[in-house]
Amino acid sequence: MSKVNLLKPNKENINLFLGLGVLFFTLGILDFYLNNFYEKNITGFLPGFISFFTPLIFGMIGLHFVRIEFSGIKKLDELNKNINTSNFNAALSFSIILLLIFSIPPLLNWFIFDANIAGDTKEACTGGGACWVYIKVWFNRFMYGMYPNAEQWRVNATFIIVLVFMGLGYFFPLRFKKYLTLYYVIFLPIISFLLIYYLISGGEFGLEWVETGAWGGLSLTFIVSFFSLIFCFPIGMMLALGRRSDLPVVKYSSLTFIEFWRGVPLITVLFMSAVMFPMFLPDGTYVDKLIRVIAAIVLFEAAYTAEVIRGGLQALPRGQYDAAKSLGMGYWRLHLLVILPQALKLVIPGIANTFLALVKDTPLIFVVGLLELAGMLGLAKTNPKWLGFSMEGYVFAGIIFWIICYSMSKYSYNLELKYKTDR
Amino acid sequence: MLKKIWIPEVLSLALVFLKQEASFDIQFSLIDYDGSKSYARAYLVGLLNTLLVSVIGIILCTVLGVVIGVARLSPNYLINRTASVYIEFFRNIPLLLQIFFWYFAALRALPMPEDASLLLGTSYMTIKGLYTPAPIWKNFDVFLISLIISLIIIFFFNRYAKRKQEEAGIQYPKFLISLGIFLIIPALTFIFGGVDLQWSFPELKQLAKTSFTYEGGVGIPPELIALTLALTLYTATFIAENVRAGIQGIGKGQKEAAASIGLTPGQVLKLVIMPQALRIIIPPTTNQYLNLTKNSSLAAAIAYPDLVLVFAGTAMMQTGRAIEIVAITMATYLTISLSISLFMNWYNKSIAIKEK
Repeated sequence: MSKVNLLKPNKENINLFLGLGVLFFTLGILDFYLNNFYEKNITGFLPGFISFFTPLIFGMIGLHFVRIEFSGIKKLDELNKNINTSNFNAALSFSIILLLIFSIPPLLNWFIFDANIAGDTKEACTGGGACWVYIKVWFNRFMYGMYPNAEQWRVNATFIIVLVFMGLGYFFPLRFKKYLTLYYVIFLPIISFLLIYYLISGGEFGLEWVETGAWGGLSLTFIVSFFSLIFCFPIGMMLALGRRSDLPVVKYSSLTFIEFWRGVPLITVLFMSAVMFPMFLPDGTYVDKLIRVIAAIVLFEAAYTAEVIRGGLQALPRGQYDAAKSLGMGYWRLHLLVILPQALKLVIPGIANTFLALVKDTPLIFVVGLLELAGMLGLAKTNPKWLGFSMEGYVFAGIIFWIICYSMSKYSYNLELKYKTDR
Repeated sequence: MLKKIWIPEVLSLALVFLKQEASFDIQFSLIDYDGSKSYARAYLVGLLNTLLVSVIGIILCTVLGVVIGVARLSPNYLINRTASVYIEFFRNIPLLLQIFFWYFAALRALPMPEDASLLLGTSYMTIKGLYTPAPIWKNFDVFLISLIISLIIIFFFNRYAKRKQEEAGIQYPKFLISLGIFLIIPALTFIFGGVDLQWSFPELKQLAKTSFTYEGGVGIPPELIALTLALTLYTATFIAENVRAGIQGIGKGQKEAAASIGLTPGQVLKLVIMPQALRIIIPPTTNQYLNLTKNSSLAAAIAYPDLVLVFAGTAMMQTGRAIEIVAITMATYLTISLSISLFMNWYNKSIAIKEK
């Protein structure tokens, strides 16, 4: 048995150091736990300032004793390598452990254990936790806005049909594969538009007409994002090509267009579409609010898409242009067959980010009076029967948006891997 | 502003409403304002409020973003995971929702003024906002001048030190001396310049039987807090990703080469990694600053009196001059955006590799 040096834990006295380490570590956690959940301060005899930091000090001492180099225990070595390389790291790791202990139980309590979901009035919420009854009661409103309850199947049907058509592209036989882009860029938008026009809006074939002002909730978020996505991509592509054009008029008009939309906030663009745009129309013509909003978002996001695509165009080596030209290709064939497929592949992450930004921007349409999910929440929380549940509402909406955006970003990441071709 | 000599007749006719009396009140203003002032003054109030929240947001989100970005690269598993959970969480939720959350849900849970407990011995965090001590200066201008002078001296000293190092290889402890200058010169004004600083602390005052407020100190409205919090937390995630990409973009060979010529880890970071990483980090970060400034217009949703709410909202309702007002608002944001991007382009150019 060699000499025990407390400052330098070594392998010879591994059991002693492990014991000490675990003891101090547990003491630290225990102290913190008692302080926070039972309001008992076991180190209360110390001055307040030191007593406040005792859990951290205990934890650091514990981790210090455990930090034995080449201990021969695989788990311990891994632990040391990952969270316990130095005193500083140990302090950070331990603080994070304390933070987790501090925040997870109350959060779980609020979300699950103290929450209420049974019943359908405000009085059913008796626990101290979340009142999911509120979400349950308002669920239809959050999903469909003011759309009449009896007609909501039409919204569902539209989304299911569009999804089926989207999925169809997956099963195209090989010899039709080359028309896939055409299908997605032209055919699908037309079908979706017709569906939305005849099925959701109605007014014909014996379906009751529902004005766009009544649309809302998450379904409106989807409608706005879907159409904006579809239109902003080709316009953005045109702008990107325009900005790199040799014709000065095309070049500088695209440049001005892009820089203008990128320089102003979306909220003012929406204001403009709501207030200014009708003034420029001839008398008697009326463009629906929803269409104006979508047009505003499309113009705004197209400028961002254009910049992203331009990045991809710039990244291609000159040789690609020269090679294509030497084959006798004209401007359009050169770009459509050689340049754009490569450039777009390069900018998948950038485009995905722009699309994500677009989806996250849709709640802004509340400024013109269209109430999608976030807007409906604002309406619901001012309802006199359901005051005081804004927290539940925003958490619910946050979770939904998070799922949508997170899956989009993961999908784009997969897409990036799939199309990655190493040069 | 409206001299007819240089503004064409039509334009001045269109803008004449700016001189009219605004006759509406603004909750929070950095400059002297009340309903009897002109629309131009109201515009200025809104603009300053927008700039205030943007500047605070930019500073805070840079600090937070750099910390999170570096944490994301930490070999410590826990820190690394925490940082990435933070990033994935906050950047996938719409900013507007976050602002709503902080304003309508989180800050509404705070106590009323009369129940608030003391925070850090000086401040009160209440449902009506944060009340903190306010500085009361005597001879503030002397102090300000001394600050500016010390900054100028530091600038010239740094240039001198850099030249000395390049010419003669002499190294001065630049940071320590700069800090010294920055502390000593303003401190001298306290002793000799007659500058004095006192704090006015917020004190609870009863207005009516159940109505309380604080007097003295500075009251920071909850709208500003919610907006700053949401903008900072949201934009910091993007900056963190930029910082991570920048540091990862520097090849391992650079680090190893720097270490092999005997630089300490601190020097490696300061002299080799950071100057190169900054070149990758700055352009996308500029975009984030621009986004933050533009996103600050979401303030209108929670009634923080920024440019959009005051000018494109209230003023437009009252005057009905939609075209002029939307045009002015857009032009203002365009100017702010272009100036930030011009400044950052200049900065980017100044640190770019100077190829010979």
